[in-house]
Amino acid sequence: MSYRHNLQLTADKKLRHFLTIEGLPRAVLTEVLDTAESFSSVADQAVKKVPILRGKTIVNLFFENSTRTRTTFELAAKRLSADVLNLNVSVSATSKGESLLDTLSNLEAMQSDMFVVRHNKSGAAQFIAQNAPAHISVINAGDGCHAHPTQAMLDMFTIRRHFEDFYPLKVAIVGDILHSRVARSQIHALTTLGANEVRVIAPKTLIPTDIQTMGVHVFHDLKRGLEDVDVVIILRLQKERMDGAFLPSEKEYFHTYGLTQEKLAFAKPDAIVMHPGPINRGVEIESIVADGPRSLILKQVTNGIAVRMAIMSMAMGSYSAAREET
Amino acid sequence: MRIVIRNGRVINPKTKFDAVTDIYVADGKIVSLSNNPVEFIADQEIDASGKTIFPGIIDMCARLREPGFEYKATIASETAAAASAGITTLCCPPDTVPVTDNASVVEMIRYRAQQSRNARVLSIGALTRGLEGNQISEMVALKEVGAVAVSNALKPVKNTLVMRRAMEYACSHDLTVFLFAEDPWLKGTACAHEGAISTRMGLEGIPEIAETIAVARDLALIEQTGVRAHFCHLSTAKAIRMIARARFDGLPVSADVSAHQLHLTDMELGEFDALYHVRPPLRSIRDRDGLRVGLKEGSVQVICSDHQPHDVDAKTGPFNATAPGISALETLLPLTMRLVNDKVLGLSQAIACLTCEPAKILGLDLGSLEEGATADICIYDPKHVWSFNQESIQSDGLNSPFLGWEFEGRVTHTLFEGSLVYQLDDA
Repeated sequence: MSYRHNLQLTADKKLRHFLTIEGLPRAVLTEVLDTAESFSSVADQAVKKVPILRGKTIVNLFFENSTRTRTTFELAAKRLSADVLNLNVSVSATSKGESLLDTLSNLEAMQSDMFVVRHNKSGAAQFIAQNAPAHISVINAGDGCHAHPTQAMLDMFTIRRHFEDFYPLKVAIVGDILHSRVARSQIHALTTLGANEVRVIAPKTLIPTDIQTMGVHVFHDLKRGLEDVDVVIILRLQKERMDGAFLPSEKEYFHTYGLTQEKLAFAKPDAIVMHPGPINRGVEIESIVADGPRSLILKQVTNGIAVRMAIMSMAMGSYSAAREET
Repeated sequence: MRIVIRNGRVINPKTKFDAVTDIYVADGKIVSLSNNPVEFIADQEIDASGKTIFPGIIDMCARLREPGFEYKATIASETAAAASAGITTLCCPPDTVPVTDNASVVEMIRYRAQQSRNARVLSIGALTRGLEGNQISEMVALKEVGAVAVSNALKPVKNTLVMRRAMEYACSHDLTVFLFAEDPWLKGTACAHEGAISTRMGLEGIPEIAETIAVARDLALIEQTGVRAHFCHLSTAKAIRMIARARFDGLPVSADVSAHQLHLTDMELGEFDALYHVRPPLRSIRDRDGLRVGLKEGSVQVICSDHQPHDVDAKTGPFNATAPGISALETLLPLTMRLVNDKVLGLSQAIACLTCEPAKILGLDLGSLEEGATADICIYDPKHVWSFNQESIQSDGLNSPFLGWEFEGRVTHTLFEGSLVYQLDDA
């Protein structure tokens, strides 16, 4: 294991695994967005399928429960004509003492081509990529508090469709930054794509140490943090944060950091509102904003399919190309 | 068995001796440095020309995994590895299974070590029963069978009242308390240094204050109780400064750091490589430099290995699902000698950190090359360049992030109580 080569890229800088945005060149991120653009029309066709991954087997390997992310990955894979196997490992194998590596060896025996992995431990996707056989591509669908790169890319796609260019944009991410893999991936994506400014807004209890080193500005006051902002990303607040002394109550959180129309008025008049979902109405965002004209929350869900199609086909494509060369 | 070691450069920090001379060993003792004793006929002669000779190393913290974790390593396997690394005395923390909180475990460990005859294995007794932090252990019984100190291993005593009583009791019976400074609440389930790296990686962080708050509490208790105390494997620059101040104020405290903390930092974690998962965690560059300064200035007296051999499975998995610890016996001396090359320590001072300083803290009549002393001797070739790798590692634990490192200087012979227990193949 060395830093010298990027595990995610092939020798000619094509996507091989998709584990984290960190360390990926801007060209690759742009290619994801461009490819997603070309796939987004597939949904409008009468037959919503392209034959790009016909004959390939994709395993959705979810060690942590998730319906939405898994469903969009499944849809994306099916629209690329791949065969999909859904495995909810959290309730099956590992609870019986089977190790992560044993689960992997069993899946290898089923001759799959790609693992889409979600796991509650940071670094799990990287671990799997390092230990899977060479012909398998690994897509990270969320690992611990580390990364959720496909979510970040669909957010970037949504932003780019709305604003076209990242350079002038000021983006604020509001909420539980400390535990958020989404926020970490968004920050890397935004700084790589050249956004003007990235802000994180939360009380100190939910801001990780030295987050400034990732290239963001920290605000503890929502109104001040939203001033002059083009994009407001609201994060989901997990209920268990009330237990660990991170926050006193949902009520106080909504009062201080919940996005209301009144607080949104501090952002630019044409600012958009995004949320990775599922939303807690009345906790981090009020319904009138979530369902309002500036909310792109449902568009994000739709875009998720095209972006995941793009990432899957790119990762698989570079593998096939590499195999043809050898 | 009579052995003469000829023409080596003998460095004995305790007596500030540094000269090329011969060492005469008989019946487990050093009978003479320099002069050939009358009627001394050697059974074996070792030519140590060009080599450095110093006392056998005393490692203040090494887990040999026996009893309880023989699938990771055994006293036989690890004492053999120790001999190959110039280590002749090992102190085992009490977190064995069963816990070293009664005389029989101490005796069992000593018995196993005597059978393997590679090194001396001393036990650190449990401070509280079962290491549970509720009831103080039978410290006198532990001391009477040879426990050299008492500690609660990696389970800091949360209850301050119990800690106070344990210290008072240890003090009454002239026992040194070994402390691992970690606030259990601030540590939580985290596994990496809290900072820019853990933030980036989405790993829960162990803040610096997890160590400094524990040091502050324990220093206050030491002052109150008057107990002699030793802080084990400190990891932060701030904690070292607190120890320096306490020593200046006259508190009876000492400290050690583990060799890997003097070379590695949290920068290594970038690839989620579980080999770098240790406790306390690898900290910042500033902390590593602070530990080095502490050693140089003497606020830290000892370098230990904090040896924790593991089976392969324990280190296979996502970073925070793995067991912390490094298999470290064989890199203790090489990493310490690197500090000499890096001009952090003088040669004699570096050797002192591994020999007479730990002997002093443990109250042992070891760690010195002088007439009448126990013949624990390490012969070291400072020019031998070698690579530490899968083939050369002797420990049952292969979990070392230093595999693949090249070192200059290697142990060629180890004498334990006057017997040659290790000799490098081509030496």
